[in-house]
Formats: sequence, C-alpha cells, structure tokens
Amino acid sequence: MAEKSGADILIEALTDLGVEVVFGYPGGAVLPIYDAIFKQKKIRHILVRHEQAATHAAEGYARSTGKPGVVLVTSGPGATNAVTGITDALMDSIPMVVITGQVPTGLIGTDAFQEADTVGITRHCTKHNYLVKDPAALGATIHEAFHIATSGRPGPVVIDIPKDVQVASARYTKPGPIQHKTYRPQVKADPKLIESAVEMLAAAERPVFYTGGGVINAGPQAAQLLRELARITGAPVTSTLMGLGAFPASSDLWLGMLGMHGTYEANYAMNQADLIIALGSRFDDRVTGRLDAFAPHARKIHIDIDRSSMNKTVRVDLPIVADVGHALEDMVRIWKARQHPKPDLSDWYARITEWRAKKCLDFPETGEEIMPQRAIRALWEATRDKAPIITTEVGQHQMWAAQHFHFESPNKWLTSGGLGTMGYGLPAAIGAQLGNPNALVIDIAGEASIQMNIQELATATQYRLPVKIFILNNEYMGMVRQWQELTYSSRYSESYSDALPDFVKLAEAYGWKGIRIEGNDALDAGIAEMLAYDGPVVVDCRVAKLANCFPMIPSGAAHTDMILQANEVSGEMDDEAKALV
Amino acid sequence: MYIKEETAERHTLAVIVDNEPGILARIAGLFTARGYNIESLTVSEITSDKSVSRITIVTSASPATLEQIVAQLDRLVPVHKVRDLTAEGEHVERELALVKVAGTGDHRIEALRLADVYRARVVDATISSFVFEVTGGTEKIDKFIELMGQVGLLEVARTGIVAIARGKEAA
Repeated sequence: MAEKSGADILIEALTDLGVEVVFGYPGGAVLPIYDAIFKQKKIRHILVRHEQAATHAAEGYARSTGKPGVVLVTSGPGATNAVTGITDALMDSIPMVVITGQVPTGLIGTDAFQEADTVGITRHCTKHNYLVKDPAALGATIHEAFHIATSGRPGPVVIDIPKDVQVASARYTKPGPIQHKTYRPQVKADPKLIESAVEMLAAAERPVFYTGGGVINAGPQAAQLLRELARITGAPVTSTLMGLGAFPASSDLWLGMLGMHGTYEANYAMNQADLIIALGSRFDDRVTGRLDAFAPHARKIHIDIDRSSMNKTVRVDLPIVADVGHALEDMVRIWKARQHPKPDLSDWYARITEWRAKKCLDFPETGEEIMPQRAIRALWEATRDKAPIITTEVGQHQMWAAQHFHFESPNKWLTSGGLGTMGYGLPAAIGAQLGNPNALVIDIAGEASIQMNIQELATATQYRLPVKIFILNNEYMGMVRQWQELTYSSRYSESYSDALPDFVKLAEAYGWKGIRIEGNDALDAGIAEMLAYDGPVVVDCRVAKLANCFPMIPSGAAHTDMILQANEVSGEMDDEAKALV
Repeated sequence: MYIKEETAERHTLAVIVDNEPGILARIAGLFTARGYNIESLTVSEITSDKSVSRITIVTSASPATLEQIVAQLDRLVPVHKVRDLTAEGEHVERELALVKVAGTGDHRIEALRLADVYRARVVDATISSFVFEVTGGTEKIDKFIELMGQVGLLEVARTGIVAIARGKEAA
C-alpha cells in the first residue's frame, strides 16, 4: 500500500468518517492541509471570517443535524481564537472535532512564530485532545477523536497536527469499529434501577419530568420516547434551556421552561413535586436556584450518561447512568409490560392549572412601542408553520425567545446555554443553514451580541445562505442593564450600546437586505417582508428600551421567590446575593 | 460577607491511567480547575511495557466533593480506573524520605541512634554528614524529620505517598 502525506491522510480519514463540511480559516501551519483540500471535491470547506465563528458554526451544524461539527484552524491565534467555541461545545455537550495546525515538531517549545501550547490551553476545555507527532498514528487518532466526540456525553475534541506531520508520509487504513481501551461510556442502564424508577413513577402523586439537552443529544427517537412516556404516565414535562424542543410546546402536559427565567407553573411544579425525573439534565445553578430550597418535597431520579453529573450539586435518590434514549425505551417497555394504569393526577393538574392562571409570561404593553416579547410572539406566529431553526445570541432576547417562541420538535433551537457566549447566534445560524439548506433559519439577536461576530455577514453572503437575523434593538446590553436595575439601584455602568451602526446600511454593505421595524403597526409587515425575501436579511427591530425579562428568580433565591413584575423589586441586594453569578 | 468552607476528610486515591503524554497535567489540572486539594501526588509506570501508570493522590475534601473527584477523574479518557482506597477499606500507605544531616560529636551519635530507632538506613556518609533513607507512614517520617531538626538537619527529599489496598484483590 502506498504511503501518503499526513494532510492527505487527514482528508481521507474525514471522508471515511462521512464528513461533508469543514468550517475553517487558513494559515501558515495548515497550508499543507489546505492544499490537500484544494485537490479534492468530497469535503466542502466553509471559509469563516474569524476562528471563533468556525467553532460556533460547527456547533450550529452539529446541533441541527446530529452530526459532529468539524473545524480546521491554524496554529497560535487560530487555535486560541477557537477556544471560546470549544469551551461552549464542552459546556453544552456538542460533538465537535477541531483540527489545529501546529509549528513543526522540531520547533515546538521554542516560542516559534504563531506557536501556542494548544493541547495545554485546550486540555480543560475539551473532552479530550491530542498532539499527533507520528504521521503513522494520524489516521487512527482522527477516527478515535470522532468516536470520543460523538459517543457518551458528546463534546469537543482537539487534534493538534504539527506542520511536518502534515507533510511527512505514512500508511493509512480505515479502522474497524473502535474498541477503546479505557473509554467505554455506559449506554444501557442497570435494569433493576429502571424497574425502581418505574415503580417510583407509578406511585408518585405529583411527578414532573425535568428534561435537558441530553434528550436532544440522544437523538430524535429519544424525544419520541419522551412523548410516549409522558403520554402513558400523564406526568407533566418541563425543560431546561438546552432541552427545548424535545417535548412539544403545544402539549397539555407542557409546563414551559424552568429555572431563572422559567415559567411560574414549571418552577412551582418543581417546588411542590413529590417525584422529579431528571432526564439528560444536570441541575445547573440557573435551574435550581437556592440549593437548600430546591424541590424540598421531591424524591429525585437522575438519568444521565455522565456519572459526574450525579450528585454534583443536588443529592438524588436514584442515580441511573445511561444514555437517556435507551433508559426511556426501557422505562416505556417496563411500564407497559407491567400494565400500569395511567395514574390519576387530577389533583396535581388542578394545582398546575392554578399556577398557569397566573399567566406569568404576560407583559405590560403601552401604546406604539414594540415590546420585545410581542416581537418574538409575532415572529413565532409568522413562522410556526415553517418549523424554523432558531439560533440566539445571549441575553434578554435569548430568554424572551425561550419563553415566547414555542418549539414542537428537537434540533430546532440552538443557543449557548452553559457558557452563555455572546456572538454565538450568527455563526450557529450559518452552520445550521449549511446542514439544512431548505430550512428557515433565524438568529434572534440583540444589538450588542450581534456585534461580537458581525463579520460573519460576509460568510453568509459568500455561500449564498438565506439566513435571517432578527435584532431586538433596545440599545442596551439588556440583561446587564436589568441586573443593574434590580441589584445596583439602576446604576447602568457601561451597559448602554453607544455608537451603534446603522444595521440596515451595514446589512446592505455586506450584500444583505436590511429592514428596520419601528412601532407595533410595522411589526407584522416587517416580518413578512423578511420572510418573503429570498436571501439573507438583517431586521433591526426597535423595541422598548427598558423592558425587563420576567419571571425571574433572583440569583440565589428559591423557586418560590420568583419575581413576576418589576414593581416587586427595587434597590440594592446584599453582598451574599451580589456574590452569586 | 465571608466565604464558607466545608469540613474535609483526607482520602487516598489510586488512579490507573494510560501512560500518555500530558496525563499528569490532565490530572493535576483537573484538581486546580475544579478547586480540589492535592496533599500528595506520586506517579510511576507499573507495567513492563511502560504503557500504564499508577497515580496515588492524597486529597482533602467533603464526602460529596470526594464522590465528585472520583467521578471527574473516572471520566477522563485515558483513565482506566479510580479507587478511593480510604473509602473502600483497609489499605497500606508508605512514603520514603532521604534526609541529610550534618553534625559532629554528640549530634552525630544521637542522629545515628535515632536513625536506628526509626529503622532508617545510612545511604551516604562523610566525616561530618549522613544521608538517611527512611520509609513508613507519613506520621513516622514527619516525626523522624522533626527529631533530625535538633541534630543538624540540612535537607529533605520525600517521595510522597504510595498506597495499596490490603487483601488479595487487585485494584
């Protein structure tokens, strides 16, 4: 068998792994790989305008297609620019493989031009990483990296390839199924534990399913099984930010999102439940609020593929390590085999109905000004039949989108949950559009966040991607301003978005269409104009400047301390509260 | 406002890992990144082909944090297994120290006498100095070093703790 260059081995391995799209940016230390890309046609390279955007685009591609996202960047600044997106993918469990160029092996450690200790820098923001010094090991390493990125709890894997390894030649054979010597995630649950879970569920009077991104990562069949389990048990469902879409928002069993900006009914159901079944969720601080007041009456079952998620912040009664899809399948099968009748939860639903009657997502409207919540609802009404893919940036607009845009199926909601990365939405939309060429993809953005990766307008233009950006422009970093209003006596320190560009002209400068929406009368027509345009559009939707996102559980407070309207809070918080994130 | 601290227990962990580059940084970095303590860490290859290493870590943490430490270590890709020797039952812990003492006259005689009591071996000697090799539990070595402090202690090198479970089961 003939030997080939490391760069050619990389391309061949990626092709063998079914990779169709790579998001990247060339540079000195990856020139051999870019030359190999030039000579082939199977893998499409998408040239971003900043390496961070390559990682978020890969995340958007991965989250919307279920396939791993692949990134290719150069050494030094290429790799360090990718670190934010790599960390984002780690926090949100997104399968991603990042290939970074490195200076030649002989120069490593000499502070060479564009040298950075990439494996050192990314050691704790990857699921695993490699520095490949031996070209003969390259092929197997790439296959192993994809195995690790996509199996178990998914995450980012970095492969750092020195330039001389890209040029040197070696043999490559496509390996068979990988049996890793140490990495063996537990996929199937212990059947006894599943039986206990079913018994607890059958005996519960006030059960709640608390679902997370793990259900989405477990694939569309897991979302189907969740629907089936909820149907046969009758238990209501709430979800984290990352899990939205796994359960249909139109269902009678749906409580809405829980947590800091979750619904009254979801948080009260958690507080009053006698059984919580956590599925692919991780009891994040944004979900639990004050830990010693979290779900005080509930026994807790936690099903997750990552053992380290068990008992991390909340002690649970029944931890079950398993892929949530497999566990759901087992639970449905055992429930049916035992012919459990559907429990009578009418008392429980009577209470839920009372909480729902609070109408916690209602918002005050005055006159002409567009309320940001109104804008999201109008966008949802106008697009709900098209099953759009929604990405977001981070801040108030993100929470309003989570509250007021309703999802019926998984893989349609792409947002930066764990890391909370401003600048995520536009590149993620680009990645999602590439993975779903016929889908309507909308980035719901804020005027501050969108500027963090605004350069990616050019990427969408270059590849003729009809991405829509819907900016809720309130001229503030709204969530920062909101916290300053609620906890720092409205001292708006550096949270005003001064010197904003004219977003319409900016869009036009990049070859996009620009639309400005001002006033309620123009809202529906503006959205219709955006949807009618066959190409990328930036909508600058001017909204009420000082609107706050409610409900809100102040950081460090209990679920029952929820704030529904702004007049319930004012002034200054004590130091204990200020110290919490 | 004051920052609260949890009560900690001292546990000894045995971590069996693939001997790949960066593994020690991965383990040590996990402890710093997540705010865990390391009181002692030793590492050495344990197979003839040098492919597997055993890392012994002594850490102090609350019971809940200890459970997290084990789970976090266990999910690192190159980790074969993690055993909490303290939690799992009886085990033996040993440390080795090389202790350099300089002195003449009574100090020199007393140093030798104490070394004998502590079963320390002389591994180097000059007219005016000794290097003792002493093994045992941490407390014994601490005590020996403390005593040497009164008879001309110059320098100490310690290996840190290695540990193994009692009984016939392998980790």
